[in-house]
Amino acid sequence: MNDALSLRQVLETPFHARTSALCRTNHWGNWAGYTTVQVYEDVQIEYFAARNAASLFDLSPMTKYDIEGPGAEAFLNRLLTRDVRKLRAGRVAYVAWCDDDGMLMDDGTLFRFDADRFRLCSQERHLPWLLDSAIGFDVDIADVTESVAGLSLQGPTSCEVLRQAGCRDIGALRPFALDRFEIDGVTLVISRTGFTGDLGYELWLPPGDALATWDALMDAGPLHGITPMGSLALDMTRIEAGFLQANVDFLAGGRPTRTGRLRSPLELGLAWLVDFDKGHFNGRRALLAERDNRASRYRLVGLDVDGNKPATDAFLYDRRGREAGVVTSAMWSPTCKKSIAIASLNAGVDVDLDGVWADIYVSRELRWRRIKAPCREVPRPFFNPARRRATPAGHR
Amino acid sequence: MNDENERKPALSPRPERYDVIVVGAGHNGLTTAAYLARAGLKTLVVERNPYIGGAAVSRELYPGFTYSNCSYVCSLMRPQIMRELDLPAHGLQVIPFKGSVTMTAEGGYFCSYLDHEQNRREMARYSPRDAEAYDDYSAEVLRQCRFIKDTLLMTPPDPVSLRPRDIKGLMWLGRRFASMGEDWMADTIRFWAMSCGDFLDQYFENDVIKGHLAGSSIIGTALGPCSPGSAYVLLHHYMGEVDGNIGAWGYARGGMGSVSKALAGAFEAAGGTIRTAAPVQRILVEGGRARGVVLEGGEEIFARRVVSNMDVKRTFLECVDAGDLPETFRERVENFKIRGSSGKLNIALDGLPSFPSIPADCPARSGDMHVSDSIEYLERAYDDWKSGTWSRRPYVDMMIPSITDPTMAPPGKHFMSVFVQYVPPKVHGRDWTDADRDAFRDTVIDRIAEFSPDFKQLILDVEVRTPRELEAEVGLTSGNIFQGELTMDQLLFNRPVPGYAQYRTPVKNLYLCGSSTHPGGGVMGAPGANAAREIIRDARP
Repeated sequence: MNDALSLRQVLETPFHARTSALCRTNHWGNWAGYTTVQVYEDVQIEYFAARNAASLFDLSPMTKYDIEGPGAEAFLNRLLTRDVRKLRAGRVAYVAWCDDDGMLMDDGTLFRFDADRFRLCSQERHLPWLLDSAIGFDVDIADVTESVAGLSLQGPTSCEVLRQAGCRDIGALRPFALDRFEIDGVTLVISRTGFTGDLGYELWLPPGDALATWDALMDAGPLHGITPMGSLALDMTRIEAGFLQANVDFLAGGRPTRTGRLRSPLELGLAWLVDFDKGHFNGRRALLAERDNRASRYRLVGLDVDGNKPATDAFLYDRRGREAGVVTSAMWSPTCKKSIAIASLNAGVDVDLDGVWADIYVSRELRWRRIKAPCREVPRPFFNPARRRATPAGHR
Repeated sequence: MNDENERKPALSPRPERYDVIVVGAGHNGLTTAAYLARAGLKTLVVERNPYIGGAAVSRELYPGFTYSNCSYVCSLMRPQIMRELDLPAHGLQVIPFKGSVTMTAEGGYFCSYLDHEQNRREMARYSPRDAEAYDDYSAEVLRQCRFIKDTLLMTPPDPVSLRPRDIKGLMWLGRRFASMGEDWMADTIRFWAMSCGDFLDQYFENDVIKGHLAGSSIIGTALGPCSPGSAYVLLHHYMGEVDGNIGAWGYARGGMGSVSKALAGAFEAAGGTIRTAAPVQRILVEGGRARGVVLEGGEEIFARRVVSNMDVKRTFLECVDAGDLPETFRERVENFKIRGSSGKLNIALDGLPSFPSIPADCPARSGDMHVSDSIEYLERAYDDWKSGTWSRRPYVDMMIPSITDPTMAPPGKHFMSVFVQYVPPKVHGRDWTDADRDAFRDTVIDRIAEFSPDFKQLILDVEVRTPRELEAEVGLTSGNIFQGELTMDQLLFNRPVPGYAQYRTPVKNLYLCGSSTHPGGGVMGAPGANAAREIIRDARP
């Protein structure tokens, strides 16, 4: 990082020349120190591009660490709750890691390029934790956030757009697989991953090739409805996909200033990420005790909320009026045609038996009303299309 | 020359009897007085100087320039006090500033920024690891702040008393402590006993970053950054806030005298009286009770209660007869640690000095500027103090408030406040001389000039304050800016003396309200507010 960059309060991503030209709303946000588009034109249009055609999202500010060396697999297996030995080269896994007390520090995606080379992507920054955890392992860890640009191309026609852009074999790429492709002479890594819960791809490339790649995709896409998407529409798709957002659905980072704010993966519906049989990993003892003593304090659930008002930030109560939990993410789902929510319930609460309802405040032309909306527990993802998993990937 | 806070010495027309006399119109004395007057007590504040404010003053010592010539930045003043005494209505406005910068020996710079990501990127220039460790460090400091903050406006419970009130207070503290959970309780215990250097080593590897952050651990303190206990001093400077932004610092618009002026305004609006140029020679004690004060010149003023805003040593060793005090108490007061370690240069400048190592558009220029780029630098500066002289390469906390506050200097001109650490109360064991003072001034100016080629040419006027001046003019024993050092043996129920931490003293109806009492120094107002609460309690029939 040079002086000139640290003097600037907010940086631009490698795609800024294109995103800024297309951002008609001039609605920007600050994502990890980068100025990023919240809405290009209309949040609904951008959302439907992801569900109906193809959306293009600039995810360059995502934190990325390269973890390489003969000890990389052993180190990551010790750090993460999943069994990294089972992750084959050319695959991606959704992962989580914990502090000594078994509390989730963050979640993220782990890319395995080959036997000894990995990349860990996450919302928050964790370099000191990674470096300290790596003591004793033969491994190098480097922050590559600024040297890898990222694009997310998501939606039913995303595969077709990439094919048109020159990635002829993209249809064979299986979910959570990655490979090298070439677009307009630029070699880049494409993974079949994303935050939308739909068919979709993420493209990883050197910042110097960013604009050419963007142009190639936009040129290839018009017949397939390619539309740039801002952060607000992305958040809608991720709630429908039932994904957790760091510092929204759980507190990431691991060092809050107040006690009792952290959650274990078991309390966040992430038990499936925890492999107790793989040997030691950080937090294992605490998580085992939590599991065996049924000591979880919370349970994360998906809710179907009556009515059409989003239960954003709502408290949940049971039928006797006792506090039962809180909603952490909520929206009206245009695809599911219902009001959905991700909620943290207090341990022991059963949504249906206890008659849980959400306390929602709505303004109807400035007259405020309180809505007691009954809730039902439903599985996540709320929206889970077959095309997400189909290989070869569909055309629409 | 006009002093904004200067007042005509009022001649006492007729002997009056007051409910309370407050000795000293420092910010704590005025805080106490304002609370007392609002509670309906007939209160008189007597001040030795012709102006009010003690160490929170704005003075026009050079035509057109406002000098915050003691304290110079505002953060610790408790928001609750500002609100209860309605200080904004009496003119107090605190403006946050944008950051701080340390200039390095190599001609580089390191900044702190308000923006989280910008701050991280700046640290990453020196150490990518430290950049990402900063959040953990901040969280730890904030955790400690949260614990301390709630104790600031409480009367410290006496740990050996069996009074229900003390037991309740101790239980409250205990519960707060226990609620942190095991790991944090352990961290907290370690934190309170630790040196700043050890504390920073837990998070950071880079010398410049550590040097930059360590500055607040030594301000006003006769400790080095490697002395045990200095981590707490760091916290003491971190627990303030500007409009809810914990750790933020700001300028009181119009200089620090605005704090005192607003407090005096609140006091007088509640019917209180201030007499300046009224130096107290002695506190009148009869039959173990305070009865009033005797001014230099012999005038006696009587009151039911007397409150001293002076430090504990000045109060009991100079203004109360030894015969009126229990021997052990007096001994403990004599042993109270109050070593001076700071000095100050207040400078009127003909223009804005250039600092070539700082980029022109760096916003941190409007905040504090330092030239100490490692803990080693600070510790060596402390070594000089130990051997009885001012630091040859001092820690300076330089600010140019006139960049932000247009009332401080004429347009285009600037007022610069230079806080200096370490400066001994005596030079090689003997009293300061004018020659010493000038040599000290030159040391500091030469050091700053190493970073600013045009600095010397811009100087219009310099006011130099060594511990000698701080003692003689402000009345701070030994020139200690906190009215006693902020070390664990002198904090909470041990401040100033065990058994007398609840603002009462062995002399009935005589109270302390200055920074010698819990929670200590800094322009916080908390000792004053706490003392007022205890006095009002006693005054109720």
